[in-house]
Amino acid sequence: MEKLILRRVDRQNEEMILNFGPQHPSTHGVINFLVETDGEVLKRATPDVGYLHRSIEKIGELVGYPGFMPYTDRVDYVAAMFANEGYAIAVEKLLKLEVPPRAQWLRAISCELCRIASHLVSVGTMVMDIGAFTPMLHGIRERETINDLIEALCGARLTYNYHRIGGVAFDLPEGWRDKVLAFLDHFDKFLVEYDRLISFNEIYVKRLANVAVIPGPMAVNYGLVGPNLRGSGVDWDVRRDMPYGAYPNFQFKVPVGKGYFGVSGDSFDRYYVRCLEMAESSKIVRQALESLPEGEITAKVPRNIKPEAGEALSRVESARGEMAYYVVSDGTNKAYRVRVRTGSFTAMSVIEDISPGLMVADLVALISSLDVVAPEIDR
Amino acid sequence: MNAKTQDLSARSGKTARGVLLATLAFGFGLPTVLLAAVLVLSPVSKPAMLVAALRAVGVDLSAWSPNARYVLWAVVMVVLALIIVTFAAVISGMTVWWEMRVSARMQSRIGYNRVGAGGYFQWIADAVKLLFKEDLIPADADKLLFRASPYFVLTGFALVFVALPFGESLIAADLNVGIFYITAVTALVVVGILIAGWSSNSKWALFGGMRSAAQVISYEIPAGLSAMVPVLMSGTLSMQGITRSQGAWPWEWHAFTNPFALVAFGIFFVSQLAEGNRTPFDLPEAESELVAGYLSEYSGFRFALFFLVEFGNLWVMSAIAVTLFFGGWQVPFAGPEVFAAARGAGELPGATWWGLQVASMLVFVTKTLLVLNVVVWVRWTLPRIRVDQMMSLCWKYLVPFAFVTFVATLLWEILVARAPVASHVAGGAMVAAMVVVAFFFARQTRQNISAVGDRVDFTNW
Repeated sequence: MEKLILRRVDRQNEEMILNFGPQHPSTHGVINFLVETDGEVLKRATPDVGYLHRSIEKIGELVGYPGFMPYTDRVDYVAAMFANEGYAIAVEKLLKLEVPPRAQWLRAISCELCRIASHLVSVGTMVMDIGAFTPMLHGIRERETINDLIEALCGARLTYNYHRIGGVAFDLPEGWRDKVLAFLDHFDKFLVEYDRLISFNEIYVKRLANVAVIPGPMAVNYGLVGPNLRGSGVDWDVRRDMPYGAYPNFQFKVPVGKGYFGVSGDSFDRYYVRCLEMAESSKIVRQALESLPEGEITAKVPRNIKPEAGEALSRVESARGEMAYYVVSDGTNKAYRVRVRTGSFTAMSVIEDISPGLMVADLVALISSLDVVAPEIDR
Repeated sequence: MNAKTQDLSARSGKTARGVLLATLAFGFGLPTVLLAAVLVLSPVSKPAMLVAALRAVGVDLSAWSPNARYVLWAVVMVVLALIIVTFAAVISGMTVWWEMRVSARMQSRIGYNRVGAGGYFQWIADAVKLLFKEDLIPADADKLLFRASPYFVLTGFALVFVALPFGESLIAADLNVGIFYITAVTALVVVGILIAGWSSNSKWALFGGMRSAAQVISYEIPAGLSAMVPVLMSGTLSMQGITRSQGAWPWEWHAFTNPFALVAFGIFFVSQLAEGNRTPFDLPEAESELVAGYLSEYSGFRFALFFLVEFGNLWVMSAIAVTLFFGGWQVPFAGPEVFAAARGAGELPGATWWGLQVASMLVFVTKTLLVLNVVVWVRWTLPRIRVDQMMSLCWKYLVPFAFVTFVATLLWEILVARAPVASHVAGGAMVAAMVVVAFFFARQTRQNISAVGDRVDFTNW
């Protein structure tokens, strides 16, 4: 940042510095980009993060283990299930708890529904950033049904607090399974319609193909995760490659960007990988509902959680990519350290190196194709 | 529970009959009254007709001095001008309402439904709200230019209506350079937008202004070239002349009698979208890139003026397209000789003539609204293109193709002069092709709707 201000003093006012944010319609939250432009062409866009820092990791050290669970929702409010799950798994590792199978399955079901909801927001806002409003609202309409379903499951529509240390909070409500299956039947058709409506639209493809290309090795070097990494052609999915929970029991494909209309790693690949992942998530939910075991939904967990001194790391595949919780216990009822590793933060780092030579409109496409969520960056 | 604390959302879905009647009366009444005033005043504002009309009601102008007669004529013209500008503002507001209702249906939303039946009065409520808003001028803005720019935009918009026909004799001034004049005054709008972008002293506004200048000036060229195709086919620049050279039936329209004219219409339509800053060419105010572009710093009444022009332009672009390519106001079975016979030999035309005028106005308004609806569909379907793509589309595709249609139309006219049957054959073939296309379009739409388990439902309105 200081360097940037220095550069600004040195320059002979040939370029324009533009504050792209913190209040801007397409920064997806409170993020600022210091954009140096020469007309429409960018010299550089420097992300300036920290506007939404809420000390969530510090809070984790100050409240007890179960008390931190509702705070994890706020790490990523678009896909709160995964933030719940990651923390739960980390503490379970500390406690050496065995989670009952039914709870594992319910976690997978709720997470995959949440992934669909999150990806719907992602592809919807991406389409809106490219200038089409209608497909976004179609996506939001489907997400509304998922919100209703999750509300029936756990009583909340956005910050779920559904996963608990040792299991989940509630069992399935009556008739829920049929409602989910009916929704998925509709949703699979909707995905086809969505592709026809916007994904393969000539203007849309022209706007995204070959724009802001992140090659595979670069994506790995910058620590991109999840759909951003897979969009660059790197075949890595924690659910398949480091299985956790109920995932070893499900059959699903991991979509990888292969340059559907341009080169692998362009904005369209990152977008379309998410579309394909929604279809895979739908398959996982169907399989999980099919094979849902009977039994307890929580393990026996002591009321006062006091893990032995030690450390644990959990990795889950969130909608925004791999999310890792690192929890250190010093033997008391409060964590010594909680660290959350999120996908959006690393995704921000790549923008500065990708941005030179893009146009202003491409920067919008790049930001939305990385699917960053402001609280997940700052926490 | 008294009326003030009552939750409005809790009331039943049915609109009260009084509200419905008031909405219908106002919604149809206001444009009807304005159109009726245009209908009466535009023929009467011609000096000879004015003298005859006043004599008919018992005022003899021959005793007046020439200067007094000029003053009276000027007053009538001013009244007509005011009515036409009011019509432009009303139609702009109604377009907003229509666009919001259509987009709501496209997006599975409800849309306007609070003020009046179907939320019809929302555009009035919005306009009143904007009037009461604080009129902000940024501290370091160029205050004079900032204030002036909405008037450039409004003037450029309002002047178009001078040469815009509403019916057979219903035009403020049938200029012999009609389409040329319209192209010229529309260019004033971009001057206003450029001034707005520069004077706001905002980087976003500057971006928007520069984009708009690049866009509108570029697209003037294909728009002008493709507008020359109907001019070549009619041999006149006058809007009424172009309409008179076409017939009432689709196979007599310019767009369907000459295959190149249909291509020219496509080019013209795209260019008009670009000139009107409509999606997919809404780059100057791209909200996801430039916040609000050149409008970023505007509020209150000044913003309302920009907004009025933006939506009023839909009527203008549709009306021009209808006049140039789709037969304008031509009424079936009523050629020029029918109009002449109905007019009679007297100083004032007969009742039949006025009836024919009403018919021609209805035909024109209906066609214009249909084209306008297509523009609305396009806006809520397509994403936005990028600046470089916008430029390359214009210069690499539209301009060359516009030249091709221009030259090809010259050759086509030679062919038609040698063998007049070519025009009829082309008309029949192209109308038949259009019917087939419309059939497949309707079938595909139906399939798309039923593929996701929905059904075609016109009742849920």
